[in-house]
Amino acid sequence: MQARFLFSEVGSGLRRNVSMAISVVLVTMVSMFLLGLGLLAQRQADTMKGYWYDRIQVSIYLCTADSRSPNCENTAVTEAQKAAIERQLKALPEVKAVFYESEQEAFDRFKQQFRNSPIAGNVQVGDIPQSLRVQLNDPTKYQVVTQQFEGAPGVATVQDQEKVLSKFFTIIKWITVFAVALAALMAACAALLMATTIRQAAFIRRREIGIMRLVGASNWTIRMPFLTEMVIVSGLGVLLAVGLLVALTKYVFEEGVIQIALSQAFIGVSDVWILAPWMLLGVTVIAVVTSLVTLRRYLRV
Amino acid sequence: MIRFENVSKIYPRSSRPALDGVSVDIDRGEFVFVVGPSGSGKSTMLRLALREEAATEGTVLVAGHDLGTMPARQVPRLRREMGAVFQDFRLLPNKTVHENVAYALQVIGKPGHLIRQLVPETLETVGLEGKEKRFPHQLSGGEQQRVAIARAVVNRPQILLCDEPTGNLDQAISLDIVRLLDRINRTGTTIVMATHDHDIVNDLRRRVIQLDDGRVVRDEQEATYDDPAVEV
Repeated sequence: MQARFLFSEVGSGLRRNVSMAISVVLVTMVSMFLLGLGLLAQRQADTMKGYWYDRIQVSIYLCTADSRSPNCENTAVTEAQKAAIERQLKALPEVKAVFYESEQEAFDRFKQQFRNSPIAGNVQVGDIPQSLRVQLNDPTKYQVVTQQFEGAPGVATVQDQEKVLSKFFTIIKWITVFAVALAALMAACAALLMATTIRQAAFIRRREIGIMRLVGASNWTIRMPFLTEMVIVSGLGVLLAVGLLVALTKYVFEEGVIQIALSQAFIGVSDVWILAPWMLLGVTVIAVVTSLVTLRRYLRV
Repeated sequence: MIRFENVSKIYPRSSRPALDGVSVDIDRGEFVFVVGPSGSGKSTMLRLALREEAATEGTVLVAGHDLGTMPARQVPRLRREMGAVFQDFRLLPNKTVHENVAYALQVIGKPGHLIRQLVPETLETVGLEGKEKRFPHQLSGGEQQRVAIARAVVNRPQILLCDEPTGNLDQAISLDIVRLLDRINRTGTTIVMATHDHDIVNDLRRRVIQLDDGRVVRDEQEATYDDPAVEV
């Protein structure tokens, strides 16, 4: 079959069934957008894990004179207590490293991290107590430190970041599961809609199909216009979905979240580009398989 | 060219056979009328030859192929050797005369230069020169059937099957159409035409195969529509 003839058939087919074609574009777009969201959420979780697990620390905040923790009894930590805690920490096999952070350092770091945020202006040196930051060999084993040092002399509180992060990761995991499940449902809808569209297109073109069979057109000649239409229409849906995802990551993450929070811990447009070819491939496979299955009964010779 | 050997056809959900033990042999270049009342099996014979249906029993041979054992993927190749014309013309209403005829070549992958050569030639043969740009609804019934014939023969088939091609046309136009078919036959194309038009059959005096209730009741050369041996 000549390519020019194929494309004129595809063009006339799309014009004659334009409302169904648009509905396939839209349903494919929504399903692929949801799938993209789910996969991006997963990539976000992975990016964060990679970023944080290198940095995750247990912070042992030390007592200050005006500390509200009952353990401190309104007295600041002594140098001897501080040295004792540091010695005990270094003796633990789970501990990789221990850093001391003074009040000035804590203040500077806070200023740096929240440089774009208005709350930074209200914080003064001394508001954040001095602390010992403990890096663990395995960040999930934070209880070892928590149990041993909570309530030790001179310790105000023990804070573990893993506890906060794991909650966050659980939320992301559920967003992923939900979005992917919804996407699967929408993909099923898209496939059914494609089948309906092809059935309708075949009905609209029943005369042409009858003549093609009569004059001995091969099955592929009869199938190709339908197949090409579906691939074009669903591919358009994927492109629109990718466009939405790019806009989302660009405006929400790259120009939004990252501006007010930490930098490398978030996904960006490049993550969408990694997903896009797979989404296009997946949708093309769905379109081709649906077309072939639906057309089978129109091709019985 | 076309051979039926003891062919029977029983359609699903029907107890009475549409064809019942039919044996006929049609040679290359013959012009054969298949006559008989409605429901006698004329159309079934043509549908079996086109392999639109499969025989329930017996063997159908067309251009040397046994259609009973032919795999489905070879059917398109068989149909490229045959043309078919019907009572209802089956033209594409949104295509012009030229496009309707060209369509038959396009869908079997013929190159553009061949289409540009063959289509005007064929339209001239059927007497439609000058009407290439008309749409079917702008043509008379006779002209529409000429377009359908042009489409059926544009690929130079060996066999042309016609299922009541004059059924929707008045007498004078019908004779024109059959004379056109006769001309096509003289170029070597085998023609099988199902009809119940007495005048046409009597006018041309060709071989007549008469069917009744799915059986061949007469097969006679240079015959008339009605069996002279039977008192009417």
